[in-house]
Amino acid sequence: MSTTNKPVKTAARPGRTLAILGLVLIAMTSLVFIQGAKSVRLGLDLRGGTSVTLQPRIAPGDEGKVTSEAIDQAVSIIRQRVNSLGVAESEVAAQGSGTNRQIVISVPGDTGRRVVELVGQTAELRFRQVLASASGIPAAADAAATPAAGVSADVNAKFAALDCTKPENLQGTGADAPTDTLVACDRAGGTKYILAPAEVLGRQISKASAGLDAQAGSAWFVSLTFNNEGTSAFGALTTRVTSLPEPTNQVAIVLDGLVVSAPRITEAIPSGNAQITGSFTQLEAQDLANVLKYGALPLAFDRGEVQQVSPTLGADQLNAGLLAGALGLGLVMIYSLLYYRGLGIVTVGSLTVAGLLLYLFFLLLGEWIGFTLTLAGIAGAIVAIGVTADSFIIYFERIRDEMREGRTLRTAVETGWVRARRTILVADFVSLIAAALLYFFAVGGVRGFAFTLGLTTLIDLVVVFAFTKPLVGFLSRVKFFNSGHSLSGFSSKSLGTVIAKEA
Amino acid sequence: MSKMSGLGGRLYRGETAVDFIGKRRRWYSISALFVLASIAALALQGLHLGIEFKGGSSFTVNKATATIEQARSAVEATGIPGELIVQEIGSDKVRVQTGALDTVQNNAVQDALAAEFGVSVESIDTQIIGPSWGKEITRKAIYGLVGFLIVVMLYLAMAFEPKMSIAAIAAVVHDVFITVGIYALVGFDVTPATIIGFLTILGYSLYDTVVVFDKVRENTKSITSSSTKTYSQAVNHAVNQTLVRSANTSLIALLPVGSILFVGAGLLGAGTLKDLSLALFIGLAVGTYSSIFIAPPVLAQLREKEPAMQALAKRVNARSGGATPVATSAAVDAVNGRGPRNQPKRKGRK
Repeated sequence: MSTTNKPVKTAARPGRTLAILGLVLIAMTSLVFIQGAKSVRLGLDLRGGTSVTLQPRIAPGDEGKVTSEAIDQAVSIIRQRVNSLGVAESEVAAQGSGTNRQIVISVPGDTGRRVVELVGQTAELRFRQVLASASGIPAAADAAATPAAGVSADVNAKFAALDCTKPENLQGTGADAPTDTLVACDRAGGTKYILAPAEVLGRQISKASAGLDAQAGSAWFVSLTFNNEGTSAFGALTTRVTSLPEPTNQVAIVLDGLVVSAPRITEAIPSGNAQITGSFTQLEAQDLANVLKYGALPLAFDRGEVQQVSPTLGADQLNAGLLAGALGLGLVMIYSLLYYRGLGIVTVGSLTVAGLLLYLFFLLLGEWIGFTLTLAGIAGAIVAIGVTADSFIIYFERIRDEMREGRTLRTAVETGWVRARRTILVADFVSLIAAALLYFFAVGGVRGFAFTLGLTTLIDLVVVFAFTKPLVGFLSRVKFFNSGHSLSGFSSKSLGTVIAKEA
Repeated sequence: MSKMSGLGGRLYRGETAVDFIGKRRRWYSISALFVLASIAALALQGLHLGIEFKGGSSFTVNKATATIEQARSAVEATGIPGELIVQEIGSDKVRVQTGALDTVQNNAVQDALAAEFGVSVESIDTQIIGPSWGKEITRKAIYGLVGFLIVVMLYLAMAFEPKMSIAAIAAVVHDVFITVGIYALVGFDVTPATIIGFLTILGYSLYDTVVVFDKVRENTKSITSSSTKTYSQAVNHAVNQTLVRSANTSLIALLPVGSILFVGAGLLGAGTLKDLSLALFIGLAVGTYSSIFIAPPVLAQLREKEPAMQALAKRVNARSGGATPVATSAAVDAVNGRGPRNQPKRKGRK
């Protein structure tokens, strides 16, 4: 019986595999520091906050309206509004695919009711005549010098005070009543306007697109077509303003209380077909066309689910999740130590490595893809403790089976691995399919569960191949194990056999 | 513990053998009984669906002194329509569930509860579910279930054998039925978390079955070239060989799930953790049963219909003189002296 550490066969090189895994762990840890990820990002159910899930309301025959452009447009409008709350780390994102897409709005902290009211309002795109305009930066003398005619002193005062350099004034409010005279900034914050009541509405536009003027070379423009109602309203508006002095010959396109564009009207447009030209880049032209097309919240939404979790409940749930995890992990470790004796150390070590990998992934994915850990996610990770430990058991039992056939531990470790490997791969693959499908068909919190379940299954594979197997390979050369010590988990008594005395 | 390990050795060699395949009628009857009971429970009682499926609002006040009566009278005073469910959650929370409300009504209930118990509106944990939400969840769950079954069936048919795939899926369907039946019978709340649990069980139940079938395949790789064992006997031997493994993996899987259930039900009282782990706990137990008592006998039955396997069974019977074609439950094979622990085993070695 030799206890030399030299590999017997070329196939097994436990030292090298373990070293590579060590390097990967070190690399991931360094990445965590480089990225500056300090803690795992927690979902709202663990730290308190409000989440609202909106579902597009689809009338029969209207299925075609739920396009990804329409949803993206809705997301960006809602995002602007949510940002106006000024809560850090608010998120608005679309989930799902096709007509199943939903918009999930999450805002941490105690803003529940305001969020719910804010995202429920429908934004509408409106065309308003410009009554006055000025630089977005307030200059007392300047503003006082040009009080707009025909506007109440109240509005003039508001206009003078408006500071478009302040971020809170550059976020959509959705609170612009169409019949009001409005004071607003443009989206970039460079100009502020006094605007007349709305005369043309976004839903009166039937088509909008960006185009390139072939003659003028690189001049991008946006062309838009109105429906019947819009044609007459826009015709009347343009006929009236085209001969007026600057800036009252401009018509502002207003979305959610912000001026998107304020083109000068150079002629009356009674045909219902208009072109907006200017020094647009391709991107600007396309953006404007999209706003015109989808400007009004392009879809009606139903509030599918509103969840408001107080920070107290969030903390309770986090603690409960962590406690359940610690308890589950502890029980599994104790059980494997009791049943597999010395071999249980391998389980404990492997689970520790798997846990470490999972934690590093949580940190990194939080930075990379904005992964947040939810209660369901924690549950997924705890359930995965079982899946992970199962693959060790499959391997250990295989080794013991091989030894029952009369092989020595060192041989059994290799032959058992070949067979256990297949079983583990197939079984883990089934788990992965389950996780992927859960993720794909999931609503809200379920995705967190599916995501961690899938992630941990992959980690399980890495750990089994790169840690558990090499470690067992090492241990099989240690006398304590291969001499069949009664506490090693390989004694002839625990195998229920008398080991053939070859070796 | 080491006694158990010793049992593992005896099971492995076939000295101790439980007759899983031969007694299949017994297991089938037990399962049929459970499935029938499940169908009856579903038909008579139905599932107790949470507000997530019906639409409605749920308000939880976190205050130890809050009583059910206080909460009920405060909310009833707002004059909202529909039935109220008021429950105590854990020792320090009261939860009020209402039907589907609009924003104004929801705010009214929040205000009433906040005023009654002297807490801030923000500290009331609120969940508002739109009426069409449940339909959406149910639809997706059904898509997920069907998609999963098809994909796994194809995968197992490729990785193993088509008949193994059928047997495995039969066992999974059996598990889902019985688990849902238990929910209907006991009247546990079904929430989206429960649905996640159900769907996860599918993967888990298959994990166990895959382990057993992998051994079956190994044992039956070149079974027709000898005439020592019928297909059923080989399957039975495989189940016995993997019995300790199945017991261990199931127990180890149940430990963490049990911890979640303990903490979720004990400390939080209600919510995601409890709903999820309860479904998993029940499903895991049923899944372990089916991977031993249902999937292998179904597989054996399917394969025994093949002419090659029938011919094999005839040869084996002729050889053993028609006596004991299948091992009986009390350690038997070893009686003939050396027992069947013999040569064909070596075939699998490379």
